Amino acid sequence: MATVFGEIVKTISDYAIPVIILVIICYGVFKKISLYEAFVDGAKGGFEVAIKIIPFLVAILVAIGMFRASGAMAYLISAISPLTDLVGLPAEALPVALMRPLSGSGSLGLVTEIMKTHGPDSFIGRLVSTMYGSTETTFYVLAVYFGSVGIKKTRHAVPAGLLADAAGLIGALLICKLVF
Amino acid sequence: MLNYVWITLMLVAIVVGAINGKLPEVTNAAFEMAQVSVNIAFGLIGIMALWLGILKIAENSGLNKILARAIKPVSRRLFPDIPPDHPAISAILLNLSANWLGLSNAATPFGLKAMEELQQLNDKKEVASNSMVTFLALNTAAITLIPATILGVRISLKSTNPAEIIGTTIFAGICATTIAVTAAKILEKLPIFKKDLLPEGDVASTNTDAGE
Repeated sequence: MATVFGEIVKTISDYAIPVIILVIICYGVFKKISLYEAFVDGAKGGFEVAIKIIPFLVAILVAIGMFRASGAMAYLISAISPLTDLVGLPAEALPVALMRPLSGSGSLGLVTEIMKTHGPDSFIGRLVSTMYGSTETTFYVLAVYFGSVGIKKTRHAVPAGLLADAAGLIGALLICKLVF
Repeated sequence: MLNYVWITLMLVAIVVGAINGKLPEVTNAAFEMAQVSVNIAFGLIGIMALWLGILKIAENSGLNKILARAIKPVSRRLFPDIPPDHPAISAILLNLSANWLGLSNAATPFGLKAMEELQQLNDKKEVASNSMVTFLALNTAAITLIPATILGVRISLKSTNPAEIIGTTIFAGICATTIAVTAAKILEKLPIFKKDLLPEGDVASTNTDAGE
């Protein structure tokens, strides 16, 4: 059942980009606008946007990189684990939960390691897979998106993003306990 | 808020690094990540140019207004500050759709285009608008129909049913999205998050502790 669904969704994703481009071009032709000129005009902005995010990315990624290298994560884990033990989160999954909003590659490394040790079809393997798939690297997204337009005061973006991450992680734990 | 997160990460990294005797690693991480940041940004240039070009065609032909009108009933509630047929709406729609399908190469350019459009509607150019935060909350909580990365890892580790986590991932994504919208809508009304939106004169007295 899940495999069939996976196949369907994969087909959609293979076709999505060509279809989007096709529709946009056809409608442009239909409206008789100058497509080539419009494309080049729009594409000019690509360089500027990419360059604008550099300072914001450096600020966030350097801070997260230093934090990870210092070994501070271990202290954070031992401080929070009594709480997560209460809700029944396996101890090995807690580092994934804490790492996920900070670093995509870091959390993927942890998830891979857990699945190598316990097997991808173990409960914890399925749990960390679900946790990884249902949340985003919140701080990276905030840095890139706000950075691209020069926003410095992010207001409630950090708490809203982290609450959403927490909800995703709790949702993952609940549904995995129910299904697997 | 990001300000305090940043200060905490930096100070904790140096102090704990010193206690753990890991200061050389901390220094190396700083230099390495600075380089990684530039590589990420440079890697975006081509793909950004491609999608911004395609999106310009959609803009000139009026296609993005048609898209925006189609989702008006939803967008009006989520983003009351954005005019219903504004180009920001179609860029947001494209970004979220790309996220759902796991098309990360298209999602970021669409998302950055959406931010650019939202910034044009924003009165204070250094302060995030309500619509921006709602959009980012939706974005970071995005439901993923194809968690491509994790499926790849599961296949490489010889899982007997790599796709069995798709259903649970969608459920967890729905939880995250629900809370994302609720949190963004409630938090935007709180005085501590509202005060950065006030005109300059009113802000002057509180500006020193902004964000906390």
